[in-house]
Order: sequence, then structure tokens, then C-alpha cells
Amino acid sequence: MTQPLIQMQNVDKFFGSFQALKNINLEVHKGERIVVCGPSGSGKSTMIRCINRLEKHNSGKILIGGRELTDSEKDIDAVRREVGMVFQSFNLFPHMTVLRNLMLAPQLVRKNNKSKAKEIAMKYLERVKIPDQANKYPSQLSGGQQQRVAIARALCMSPEILLFDEPTSALDPEMINEVLEVMEDLANEGMTMICVTHEMGFARSVADRVIFMDLGEIVEEASPQEFFENPKNERTKLFLSQILSH
Amino acid sequence: MSFDITLILDSLPKMLSGIGLTFQLLILSGVLGLLLAFVLLLMRLTEKWYFSVPAQVFIYVFRGTPILVQIFIIYYGLPQFEAIRESIFWPILREPFGCAILALTLNTGAYVSEILRGAVLAVDRGLLEAGSALGLSRNQRFIYITSPLAIRLGIPPYSNDVISLLKSTALASTITIFDMMGIARTIVAETYAPYEIFISLAIIYMIFTFFIQKGFGYFENFMSRHVKK
Ligand SMILES: Nc1ncnc2c1ncn2[C@@H]1O[C@H](COP(=O)(O)OP(=O)(O)O)[C@@H](O)[C@H]1O
Ligand SMILES: [Mg+2]
Repeated sequence: MTQPLIQMQNVDKFFGSFQALKNINLEVHKGERIVVCGPSGSGKSTMIRCINRLEKHNSGKILIGGRELTDSEKDIDAVRREVGMVFQSFNLFPHMTVLRNLMLAPQLVRKNNKSKAKEIAMKYLERVKIPDQANKYPSQLSGGQQQRVAIARALCMSPEILLFDEPTSALDPEMINEVLEVMEDLANEGMTMICVTHEMGFARSVADRVIFMDLGEIVEEASPQEFFENPKNERTKLFLSQILSH
Repeated sequence: MSFDITLILDSLPKMLSGIGLTFQLLILSGVLGLLLAFVLLLMRLTEKWYFSVPAQVFIYVFRGTPILVQIFIIYYGLPQFEAIRESIFWPILREPFGCAILALTLNTGAYVSEILRGAVLAVDRGLLEAGSALGLSRNQRFIYITSPLAIRLGIPPYSNDVISLLKSTALASTITIFDMMGIARTIVAETYAPYEIFISLAIIYMIFTFFIQKGFGYFENFMSRHVKK
């Protein structure tokens, strides 16, 4: 098999004296779709935020596409160009129209000219099925539309990897599906993705692997089928019984 | 006590002839103060102590002392130093106007830099993380994300500072500057009618304050256009 796109080796992360990640080992290959779940505070966000260096790990190694994440700004920039991220709270730039939100990074980071950046932006707005909202401000869109814009914004950089941090948790129930559909499309097109989510239907239908975290550790890692039907760890069982009873 | 209307009508044009100086004081020290505030802000935002500590000390000193004391120190105090008298700043510091501008600039610069810093720190961190995740550099994030949002957040407190600055310009009259306040004081000295003169003057300042507030109100609406509808 080829070299993994993401390698985390014995990664620890501390916030002060509190250990948020304990000896994390994870490999993700190109085209793999990983779902991460676990109780609140278990370190899911921290783990994926280490992948694009929004958090700095304290020990162990993280390699993205073979490039190790260190303090080197150059390496961090290079990694961030290839890793897109979608946040729970969308984080669209409120003072820019949807179109400018999408054009910003292609222009500044990829150095595309304006018309090229606009072409890219429109292409991905069509992908997420809201080209008609291009000239609105984020506050004028529904939550579901905002999150789709945020996905399109990440896609405009043509990332190798997409990270999702509970992308549907802030949405009203009736808007969750429109976002999940976009994510499923991406998964089916072969995008490498790591999704922190509690949408178990999504995990079942698209994940190659489900990772369960608790107290900063990866407790269980299995195929969705195994994970849901035959969980090994007691903590996984407890978590599943809680989440599936809803 | 009677209220002498003709005296007011006579003095109004005289006081208004000082409007030019009042506005020169306001605008020159306002603009220079804003530049200074920006420099102080950048000094404070760096993680280098040799930039941030001097800025902090400067801000502490100028916010912690009365502006009238600052004006007097600059006007009466600085010329005692030979080094100042021989420096290239002497042509400015020799004139009361230069001293007033300097004092007002330093003072408003200290205040405004704190306003800017508050606004910068109030920008949603998640937006900056989104910028980082997209690969924007620190400077790009500051220019395209932090600044426009901080400007919007800083407008209301900043407009308050401009209004205080307008009122502080009246202190320049204590060092022989004939702005509106300076003229009003001479009229009072001649007519012994402080009541009429100072009330009219107060109304003039209030009218300007009104327009400054309105102006910033429009600016704020313009900068918040994305929040509307
Ligand atoms: N910036 C931070 N400073 C201090 N503690 C933090 C910080 N970020 C997260 N934590 C702590 O680390 C733990 C894991 O957080 P997080 O990764 O956000 O969990 P999850 O995403 O699984 O809910 C939590 O206990 C949280 O309180
Ligand atoms: Mg989280």
C-alpha cells in the first residue's frame, strides 16, 4: 500500500496540565472516509485540529502527505493548503458576500486572478446547490445554506483532505440532511475525509472506519458494521446505547 | 438675573471665528492620534516584550494623568531642556499650537489604541481559525478578517473618543490659543457675562457633538450592512 496521507504517531496534547490527547495513533490513506465519535470533551476536536495545526501537539509525530508538522511556518502553510476544514459554527466571514468568502483563499493563497477565483467559486457553489445565493451575506442564509457555503469555501482550495468538526450539530433538524447529502456526495467522489459527527446513519453509509474516542484516547477503531453491531469495548457499548436510544 | 440676548448675538460670530482653530486642533490631533494609536496597537499585539511593554507604559501614563497637566508639562516644561530647544522639533514645540496638538495627540492616541485593541480582541476567534485553515498568513488574516470586523466593533467607542477630543480642544485655550473657548474667555473677561457666553458656547459644542455622532452613526450602519436584512 502507498504511504498514508495522514499519520499520527504517539501524539500527546496538553492544555496546561490537562492531557487532552493520549498517545494517539492514526493512519488515513487517500480516499478513506473516517468517522470520529465519542462523548463531549473526549478530544475529537482537538485531534482533528492538530492535523491542520490549529492546535499544536506536544509530543509524537504528525505527518501529512509525508510532511512533518513542526514549528516551520512553511510546512504549516503547505499542509493548510492541502487540508480543508468545516466547523460546527460555519465560521463564514460575516462582512463578505458568499462569493467573496469563496474567492478569498484562492486569490490570496493560490494566487488566482479575480476571474479565475470567481469561476472556481461558482463551480463549487453549484456543487453545493446554491449558486443563486452568491451575492448574499452569510447572515441572510439559513444555517444549512451557510454550512454548505462553508463546505464550498473549503473545496475552492481543492484540498487533498477535508476535516469536518460536527458540521451538523449547530443546525436545525430539518437542515441536517441537506448538509449530509453534500458530504455523502463528496465521500462518493473519493474525497479523503475525517468527520467528527454523531450522525450514525451517515457513519453507516459512508464511513470506511469508525473511531471511538473517550478521555483523550482512541478506544476503538472498526468498520461501521463491526462498530455498530459488535462493539468490543465497554465504553463504546455504553456510548452507543446512549446515542442510539435518542 | 437677566439674560442679555443682544450680547449673545454679538458674541456668537466672534466665538464662531475660532471654529477654524478648534477644528484644526480636533482634526490634526485626531488623525495623528489615530496613527499613533495604530502604532501602539501593533506594538502591543506583537509578542515581543520590548515592543509591548513600552507601549503599555506609554498608554498607562497618558491615560492615568489629566490632559491639562500633560498640556502644561509640554508647554511650560519641555522648553527648559536645551536638547529640546536645539532639536528639529523646536519650531513646533515653540508654538502653543504645536504643544496643544502634541498633547492632544499623545492623549487620544493612548485612549484610541486601547479601543482598537479591545475591538481586535473581540473579533470571533473562530473566523481567524477559518482563515488559518484556508492557509491565510497572519498578515492576511489581520488585513482581510480582523481589521474590517474590528473597525466595525470599534466605531461606537471611537466616536465617544472623538467627542471627548472635541471637548478637550477647549483646554488649549489655557496656553494662549484662541479657539472658540479662548475667544469666549476673552469676551467674558471684557463683558463680565460668563453666563450668556459660556451657555452659548456650550450649545455650539453640543451641535458639533450631534453632527459627529450622526456621522459615526452613518459610518457604523455602512460598516454593518452585512448584518442587515
Ligand atoms: N483551548 C483549550 N484550553 C483548555 N482546554 C481545552 C481547550 N480546548 C479543549 N480543551 C479541553 O480538552 C478536552 C477535549 O476537548 P475537545 O477536543 O474540544 O473535545 P470534543 O471535541 O471531543 O468535545 C476537553 O476537556 C476540553 O475542555
Ligand atoms: Mg468538539
